[in-house]
Amino acid sequence: MSILINKDTKVICQGITGKSGRFHTEHMLEYGTKILAGVTPGKGGSRVCDVPVFDSMKEAVEETGCDTSIIYVPAPFAADAIIEAAEAGIKLIICITEGIPTIDMLRVKAYINTKTARLIGPNCPGIITPGESKIGIMPGYIHAPGAVGVVSRSGTLTYEAVWQLTQRNIGQSTCIGIGGDPVIGTTFIDTLKLFQEDSNTEAIVMIGEIGGSAEEEAAEFISQKVTKPVVSFIAGLTAPAGKRMGHAGAIIAGGKGTVAEKVSCLRNAGVTVVDSPADIGEAVEKVIS
Amino acid sequence: MKLYEYQAQKILHKYNVNVTGGEVVTGAEEAAKVYNQLGAKRCVIKAQILAGGRGKGGGVKIVETLDEVKEYTSEIIGSRLVTVQTGKEGIEVNKVLIAEAIDIKKELYLAISIDRSTSKITIISSTEGGTEIEEVASKTPQKILKEQIDPVLGIQDSQAHQIALNLNLTGPLLTKASNLLKNLFKVFVENDCSLLEINPLILTPDEEIFALDIKMDIDDNALFRHKKFQEIDNLSEDKSAEKMASEAGLSYIGLEGNIGCLVNGAGLAMATMDIIKLHGGSPANFLDVGGDAPVERVTTAFEIIFTDSKVEGVLVNIFGGIMKCDVIAEGIIHAIEKVNIKVPLVVRLEGTNVEIAREILDNPDLHIIFADSMKDASEKIIKAVNDRK
Repeated sequence: MSILINKDTKVICQGITGKSGRFHTEHMLEYGTKILAGVTPGKGGSRVCDVPVFDSMKEAVEETGCDTSIIYVPAPFAADAIIEAAEAGIKLIICITEGIPTIDMLRVKAYINTKTARLIGPNCPGIITPGESKIGIMPGYIHAPGAVGVVSRSGTLTYEAVWQLTQRNIGQSTCIGIGGDPVIGTTFIDTLKLFQEDSNTEAIVMIGEIGGSAEEEAAEFISQKVTKPVVSFIAGLTAPAGKRMGHAGAIIAGGKGTVAEKVSCLRNAGVTVVDSPADIGEAVEKVIS
Repeated sequence: MKLYEYQAQKILHKYNVNVTGGEVVTGAEEAAKVYNQLGAKRCVIKAQILAGGRGKGGGVKIVETLDEVKEYTSEIIGSRLVTVQTGKEGIEVNKVLIAEAIDIKKELYLAISIDRSTSKITIISSTEGGTEIEEVASKTPQKILKEQIDPVLGIQDSQAHQIALNLNLTGPLLTKASNLLKNLFKVFVENDCSLLEINPLILTPDEEIFALDIKMDIDDNALFRHKKFQEIDNLSEDKSAEKMASEAGLSYIGLEGNIGCLVNGAGLAMATMDIIKLHGGSPANFLDVGGDAPVERVTTAFEIIFTDSKVEGVLVNIFGGIMKCDVIAEGIIHAIEKVNIKVPLVVRLEGTNVEIAREILDNPDLHIIFADSMKDASEKIIKAVNDRK
């Protein structure tokens, strides 16, 4: 078992003919992901890595019956791509694109809430169920199948955490990057809920960072609803206030969103918070033994 | 992207919001000329810097004679203004805004921003204007009110009325205030603001409402659809390392320490700074080279790190995903040739093409110290930097 995706998940790649769409389609197929179609308006009828390309999501869904999509469309058009996917009946939309204007995301999120679709991201590495399906840009080989669920606002820092687990022979049920933007589809709480309900997930790693209050809200949820052990690291202890640290959402504004605040809430909720990013693997080993 | 007060003023004026107007000048003679043109005895001179707290920091002055205008302008231009928001070093003042001083009956607070928890736009208002809102929030939080605006529906009349009532703007002022709120909301959405703060919003003795000081931040992600902001950005005199980095497609922020960091990914870059600190060192910067940096960008990243003369060692921490480790390795070789690195260099590589990368860097002449984990890397760079002293 896993959450959200498995070996049978059928995927459409939106923006498949672009540079990153093409590159990652190749790697996802190599990993065993079932990518059955691609969409690029105006490129219908062509093929990328032998995957048929359609002009619209509606057409691609009708032809292939896919219910999941991954988006590599450039930022100015990505919000529209999300809406097109939801409109076509896609249930799980994973948006990798970085740089979507926040106001566009506010409207997209309001729209998505009226649909049954779930959005992951934007500005995220995607999602992987090791050994089954990889829908994203993460290096596949660092993962191993197992029972630890990983959720994170970051990309490479997630790889770091996963690698520490795999080196200790601790596999993962599913790893999700929820994205580094201020407005995202799926939140920590949504993911924690899924991991809690997943019978194969025994422990959860949650990687947060400065900015916003998603970790504080997650802490509140954990204290009430999560019975599985949670290990956490929050990046940005040394980040100066008022500066955007790479991710659009990673900023301490008006003295809010600091590491100290988040760590204290998580510890109060019974979460094992490590001070060093190098100690994530070891801490997980302890909580599951 | 932050806008200067005078730039934000021009935008608000176009949306029929009352602003003080006036002119921006860069010297005393010019200031005197503008003062005479304005024809008002009482004027205000305001230093134009991208930070708040100017009033208390001495960056705002009421002047009543030509001599005062000249004296204050020459004193403030070229000086470094220190406020609660600038840090100890302050920010150099290059321009001042001169405008007619407006009589104040009451100071209010108004801000529009994005509420991340609810994914809505929120309008924050308070009757306690003129002071730092953080101070109001800690002392009298009940005096700060928030109204959530649906991003699809936009601001409703009833919501604008409610905010006006919260600010005690009643009677004929109620319509004035709610029109103002609707205009400000339009400014926020149409210009892709991430923050629009008016503090103070003032009421004059003849019952007019003015935006006396404006702080306007634009969402960097939306700059592609705002030509006017791109132009402002291009004309900017900012020659900082941060600006250089952003032009090169890098994300860089200078810090106080002596250990330079070159990392891929924002989260890992923050975590690298944190682990250096945790082991007793001090990071000199945040630097994210991005997802798929070509060799030249890696070289530029080294150049930017060395614009900071405090740097006494560099830690490279790469976890290759899209970013291939061999590209980083080539970049390091190129940088060593071009930048002439004289300080210790610790390299930790993991992920895609790591074996090829190690072969490329396996040359004793390069004087690279290799590390096999984040912990190992941070300990090695701290030791190497300390050993040099």
